[in-house]
Amino acid sequence: MKLDSKIPAGPLADKWNNHKAKLRLVNPANRRKYHIIVVGSGLAGSAAAASFAEMGYEVSCFCYQDSPRRAHSIAAQGGINAAKNYQNDGDSVRRLFQDTIKGGDYRAREANVYRLAQVSANIIDQCVAQGVPFAREYGGLLANRSFGGAQVSRTFYARGQTGQQLLLGAYSALSRQIGLGAVKMYTRHEMLDLVLVDGKAKGIVTRDLVTGAVESWASDVVVVCTGGYGNVFYLSTNAQGCNVTATFRAHRRGAGFANPCYTQIHPTCIPVHGEDQSKLTLMSESLRNDGRVWVPKNAADCAKPAADIPEEARDYFLERKYPSYGNLAPRDIASRAAKEVCDEGRGVGQLVDGKRLGVYLDFSAAIKRLGEGEIRARYGNLFDMYENITGENAYKQPMRIFPAVHYTMGGLWVDYNLQSNIPGLFVGGEANFSDHGANRLGASALMQGLADGYFVLPYTVTDYLAGEKPGSRPSKDAPEFKAALKDVNDRVAKLLSINGTKSPRHYHKALGKITWEKCGMARDKAGLEGAIRDLQALRDDFWKNVKVVGSGDALAPELERAGRVADFLDFGIMMCLDALTREESCGGHFRTEHQDAGEAKRDDAQYAHAAVWQWTGDGQLPARHTEPLVYEETQLSTRSYK
Amino acid sequence: MVQENGKATTLALKLRVWRQRRGQPGAFEEHALAAVPTSASFLEMMDMLNEQLIKQGKDTFAFDHDCREGICGMCSMTINGMPHGPLPGVTTCQLHMRNFRDGETITVEPWRARAFPVLKDLAVDRSAFDKVIQSGGFITVRTGSAPEANNIPVPKPVADEAMDAAECIGCGACVASCKNGSAMLFVGAKINHLNILPQGQAERDRRTLAMVKTMDEAGFGNCTNYGECQAHCPKSITLDVIAKLNRDYLRARVKEFFSSTGKPSKGGD
Repeated sequence: MKLDSKIPAGPLADKWNNHKAKLRLVNPANRRKYHIIVVGSGLAGSAAAASFAEMGYEVSCFCYQDSPRRAHSIAAQGGINAAKNYQNDGDSVRRLFQDTIKGGDYRAREANVYRLAQVSANIIDQCVAQGVPFAREYGGLLANRSFGGAQVSRTFYARGQTGQQLLLGAYSALSRQIGLGAVKMYTRHEMLDLVLVDGKAKGIVTRDLVTGAVESWASDVVVVCTGGYGNVFYLSTNAQGCNVTATFRAHRRGAGFANPCYTQIHPTCIPVHGEDQSKLTLMSESLRNDGRVWVPKNAADCAKPAADIPEEARDYFLERKYPSYGNLAPRDIASRAAKEVCDEGRGVGQLVDGKRLGVYLDFSAAIKRLGEGEIRARYGNLFDMYENITGENAYKQPMRIFPAVHYTMGGLWVDYNLQSNIPGLFVGGEANFSDHGANRLGASALMQGLADGYFVLPYTVTDYLAGEKPGSRPSKDAPEFKAALKDVNDRVAKLLSINGTKSPRHYHKALGKITWEKCGMARDKAGLEGAIRDLQALRDDFWKNVKVVGSGDALAPELERAGRVADFLDFGIMMCLDALTREESCGGHFRTEHQDAGEAKRDDAQYAHAAVWQWTGDGQLPARHTEPLVYEETQLSTRSYK
Repeated sequence: MVQENGKATTLALKLRVWRQRRGQPGAFEEHALAAVPTSASFLEMMDMLNEQLIKQGKDTFAFDHDCREGICGMCSMTINGMPHGPLPGVTTCQLHMRNFRDGETITVEPWRARAFPVLKDLAVDRSAFDKVIQSGGFITVRTGSAPEANNIPVPKPVADEAMDAAECIGCGACVASCKNGSAMLFVGAKINHLNILPQGQAERDRRTLAMVKTMDEAGFGNCTNYGECQAHCPKSITLDVIAKLNRDYLRARVKEFFSSTGKPSKGGD
């Protein structure tokens, strides 16, 4: 597998501008002769599709939801970073770059991250012009807040619904182009295969989820912005439909998948309440500003109500272990600490599967200090949401929280142009791997999705198209399209015909149990080896015993789920293998063998690279390749929060 | 039995759920479901029902859902006659089973509206909403042409009012709850969001006229001030947005009437 990162030469600060000046252009009159397929309509997909159409290309955009406005970018709460330095507190492009590269534990590509910081300011301009109602000062100018432990206030926000408002902005730009006929929008369509002609991406195969019709589409280039793979853990903060199928199908056609083991766990989610739970709900991290995290010192106290446990019998474990950061320790560190105390049997809350998986987040000290009114003013909506879900009043008793999978940093490998190793296949947003390294900082996912969609892909895709002859795209009657169409039809027919005894959800849950326990917050060699064996057995069982009800010619949610779970099973094996072969701890990837008294121990000499996996065939383990990460201007250091 | 806040934690339910194939008449099916935890969400209860149906070898009920945290706007069930169920200010996915009684019969239907045809069972086609937005629910700004963000000051009260309206999740409960099947709350919310911002002034009149025209063509009914939409809106959008939509529509029509070309004013404001 050839992995050329195509990082431009020259000083970091000049790379993007120099590169843009060299990228080829397409004559406006020729642009309408090119057809661009965009898969996914979240921040990256909507922004890219709208931008391409504005430039004059013919665009088709596909999403599985009933409207492009529903993509899961909509659920992001906190905000979006940008190096505007409106607060005069010393922020700059270089500082945002440094924070992001350090937050990623030095496992991201320097040049990409620098570019991200550079275009961050343009994103805010674009969104404001679209009418995104960001928070304002009384003078009418934009407000900022500090977020995720950053030392400057660079986060722009729209109440607790920043993702929603940014997505609605991108959706409005996309809608305008749909109304003008420049984008053809296909909702309730799922991409089930990528079509390659002469080694280049030239189209996709989709299934219309309403009619069941399987169809192929030819294009000059394919842009995949289909989000992350957090649902490989079954329970996560992702939407129910989020899946790995589009990227995994591309992977099966030859696209390298980079760093699948980099997954982010968010410490403040509402704990699991029972076996029938389908979703974990995130609560803003800001709660940790005023809440104190604790569990009982003695396991015997865990079943008692919190009020019956005296102060001296409580273990404020984050304050104890990390005196200088205390309850504000970074996401990965706070999450692991919570897991450790629960593994010791000191978790609180309901027994689920014989365990209590939760820790208290206690506001009683803050209420005493500031009064209930002030806490209500700061967090009222979160307390209401908590009560709605758990039935508990967090003003009267401590909240219970537990970590949950939230974001996945790994994704399809891309070069500096966001092009995968398959020519003509571009990947944007969470679906690619390049910008967050081993851990993502708060308020940077929205930034990356929009940066890719508005300000990177329009340039780099144009450069690629300039090398493709106008009108040279193949016809849908080409044998490659017919073969891919047959593959998809066969697979759908196979899933419907197995007629076993267990539901797709049964397998999804079983998959999630294995990945969460063995490849979640802490990983070790024996566990990962066992997980790979268990997942292989589960995959074999799936293809013998799954029962998919419904029919192929109508809305069939079980068929959709079965196809996604089948890909997640193969993907889960690759994720565990990646975790097994990365013999170090970094960011969200914690190998218990590689630690310094509980702190992650990186091995820069051997693992300062992206691991890129190549599909080798059904039932076989993928092959590992590497792209060395070259740091020209960054000094690698150890994160310490003690 | 384990207790949740002193109450029994599971329910036995009778469910009357709508079953329909696209283009065919539908009917209710009755199912009994036992041991539903009160901590489960309404959609998790529906998951349990579907898993039970799979065990019985029957087709599951199709329903729309995605984020399950009340923001994507995809979930859409009429529960005991009420869009999104009995709790004010929440979506179906945020409704929990502790709000129901042991032994209760629950009726589950899709959104009922002429403009939202049933696709299967509880899932309907809401693409009419997208068409309304496509006709004018935007501010025209090409990527790359935006001015520096702080060159456009927006007074905080204006930004806050725009945000109140922009909270609309486009679920369609307003239409489903309205006897007339009117989409005025949805359209009013978008009009309010964009028409009060300084950035939205240039296209104010044409936006209003275009969105109202598309709304009428899509088969939505008129507003006759029942107020059901406000009562069932999961984001608590108020009837004010309809009043302001009417005001802006009248304004644009009057300007259109008095303009020499009979077309919407070019100047906008």
